[in-house]
Amino acid sequence: MDLTYSAREDAFRADAREWLEANVPDPALPSGDTRDGFVRHLEWERKLFDARWAVVSWPEKYGGRDASLWEWLIFEEEYYRAAAPQRVTQNGIFLLAPTVFEFGTSEQQERILAKMASSEETWCQGWSEPDAGSDLAAIKSRATRDEVAGGWRLSGQKTWTTRGAFCTHLFGLFRTDPAAEQHRGLTYFLVPLDAPGITVRGFGRLDGDEGFAEVFLDDVFVPDHDVLGEVDQGWSVAMATTGSERGLTLRSPGRFLATAQRLRDLYRDIGEYADPALRDEVIQASIDAEAYQLQTLQTVTKLVDGQQIGAQSSLVKLFWSELDVHLHETALQLLGPRAELADEPWMKGYEFALSGPIYAGTNEIQRNVVAERVLGLPRK
Amino acid sequence: MMRFAFSDDQLAFRDAVRDLLERECPPEVVRAAWSNETGRTDHVWKHLADVGVLGLIAPESTGGLGLTMLDLVLVLEEAGRVALPEPIVEHTAVALPLLQPEEQAAAAAGSITVGAGLAGEPFVPHADSADLIVLQHEVALYAVPTKDVELTSAASIDGSRRLSTVRWNPSPDNLIASGDELADALERGALGVAAQLVGLADRMIDMTVEYARHREQFSVPIGSFQAVKHHLANARVKLEFARPLVYRAAYSIAHDDPDRAIHVSMAKAQSSDAAALAARVALQCHGAIGYSYEHDLHLFMKRAWALAATWGDARWHRARVGRAIL
Repeated sequence: MDLTYSAREDAFRADAREWLEANVPDPALPSGDTRDGFVRHLEWERKLFDARWAVVSWPEKYGGRDASLWEWLIFEEEYYRAAAPQRVTQNGIFLLAPTVFEFGTSEQQERILAKMASSEETWCQGWSEPDAGSDLAAIKSRATRDEVAGGWRLSGQKTWTTRGAFCTHLFGLFRTDPAAEQHRGLTYFLVPLDAPGITVRGFGRLDGDEGFAEVFLDDVFVPDHDVLGEVDQGWSVAMATTGSERGLTLRSPGRFLATAQRLRDLYRDIGEYADPALRDEVIQASIDAEAYQLQTLQTVTKLVDGQQIGAQSSLVKLFWSELDVHLHETALQLLGPRAELADEPWMKGYEFALSGPIYAGTNEIQRNVVAERVLGLPRK
Repeated sequence: MMRFAFSDDQLAFRDAVRDLLERECPPEVVRAAWSNETGRTDHVWKHLADVGVLGLIAPESTGGLGLTMLDLVLVLEEAGRVALPEPIVEHTAVALPLLQPEEQAAAAAGSITVGAGLAGEPFVPHADSADLIVLQHEVALYAVPTKDVELTSAASIDGSRRLSTVRWNPSPDNLIASGDELADALERGALGVAAQLVGLADRMIDMTVEYARHREQFSVPIGSFQAVKHHLANARVKLEFARPLVYRAAYSIAHDDPDRAIHVSMAKAQSSDAAALAARVALQCHGAIGYSYEHDLHLFMKRAWALAATWGDARWHRARVGRAIL
């Protein structure tokens, strides 16, 4: 066991810190989940890319630094410490890219990754449908074969698509074998949102920002080279990378360490006026953020050793999503009647934190996964 | 190079101790200790001496293994897993490094048992069967022969924890530590108990999963019900995010990290809460069967309650963390 970083890693941290301190926008950018804010965030993404900080763990030829997982963690810590803008490109970079690295053809990798890194192309996720939320395998949107044209014709509806109204491309699961049950017969498609037959309608999230979209597909043609992985294997393609090294969908501990730091700052600012009972909550949230950091170091050690984390990722998701809510709830309690002010960042953060226990598989689903696949309780 | 994992050697030693304890200290042995003369095991203690556990962090010159808290933490977790009815934390983690060479050698060999009662703890567990007791007076520690103190026994809900209050007079002849050495002994004790709590929580979750897989109601295993699943998943999450704090605190002690006291407090706070939740969930999922005195669950549950409250409870340790970070 060694809990110290190498000189090389310390130098990497110093570089990241220096660049971020010099470049993080002040005042903060408007929400990236609004039309105008999204454009401002793309300027920031471009700046990150030009300085090679957009995708640090990727190969250099796509604009990365070939950074190790440890360096990725360090970068994330510094990123959140510097209160740098939210990453509006994250669903492409963290959810799609690992799958492209693992399952994409070299033609797909060349075509997709560099433009994703530079944010010339921005990706949203098309998994949920009106009748397929927690029950994701109930996807009805279908793709039918067009042998003559050499591709597929997609029809159906996706929804709760984050930043779908602003992105250029969608990655999603579509049913290619209508006879197959549930998880079988799905295929992973890559779809440009300007393709004929697509209609996108943005709608408001809890905080009112137009961060959600419905995507309607009516006989949209997608060529064969935009199928990711094998036809009918979309479920396993989508799931395969969630626990792997490439599938670094880990919520970076830096985010919660930084939020816990801001919570302690808030507590100190309020000082003697703070309810003493809240002191214990602030400390507990800080300990939890620390625990999350340490558990991530354990996980990264396993990944570096070549182990898979599998269903463990459900434990992790439960913890960070509940922690994020607790951090913000405590802050709102400290703020008392000031919490309701529309421009209060903690309230905005709280509204976002409340999505954590819902998205990426509700926490009820995650508890089932933990119970069945980590603990070994029977499905039925 | 950053690496948050134990070495193969450390894990192999842990596995060997686990096998030993599973074989030698099943619930029947713990239950027997509830009603025997000492509340202890004799034979398990002797086995632990033979494999080097009792002298693990003593130097080789006195018959120890010359290892650190980072090695011991895994062993203490195993002691918790079987609810070992012995003063293992007091003996191996708190007292051992402080003793004079002759006594240290005897303690490492298991020919004497050393108890400990440090600041704020009203009771010394197993003082009545200890040969020597490490006691705190003001900011110093003394190793006092049990024959020179006056013990008054007190009954614990955990029948194997034979508690005593101790009346004694500090004498310069018995002085063994003060200042930083005293502080470090306190950290080792709190961490050792935290490790046991992690083991206890793990065991109670395991027992309950096993029970819920086989107990049928409404013609299906109760473990198939989401309400039961979610209870157990919550307990597992709490444990998953307590254990790394315990391991990190052990590392910090082993490396004299200046923040080791904060790290120990984070570990003890989180592991106390994790064990308390595991106990609550375990009882609820076992239902009336677990509520029965004949069932083994209460052996583990009562140990967890007792240990969660000793060496500083969760709130006390959070307050200590708070003084450092707020």
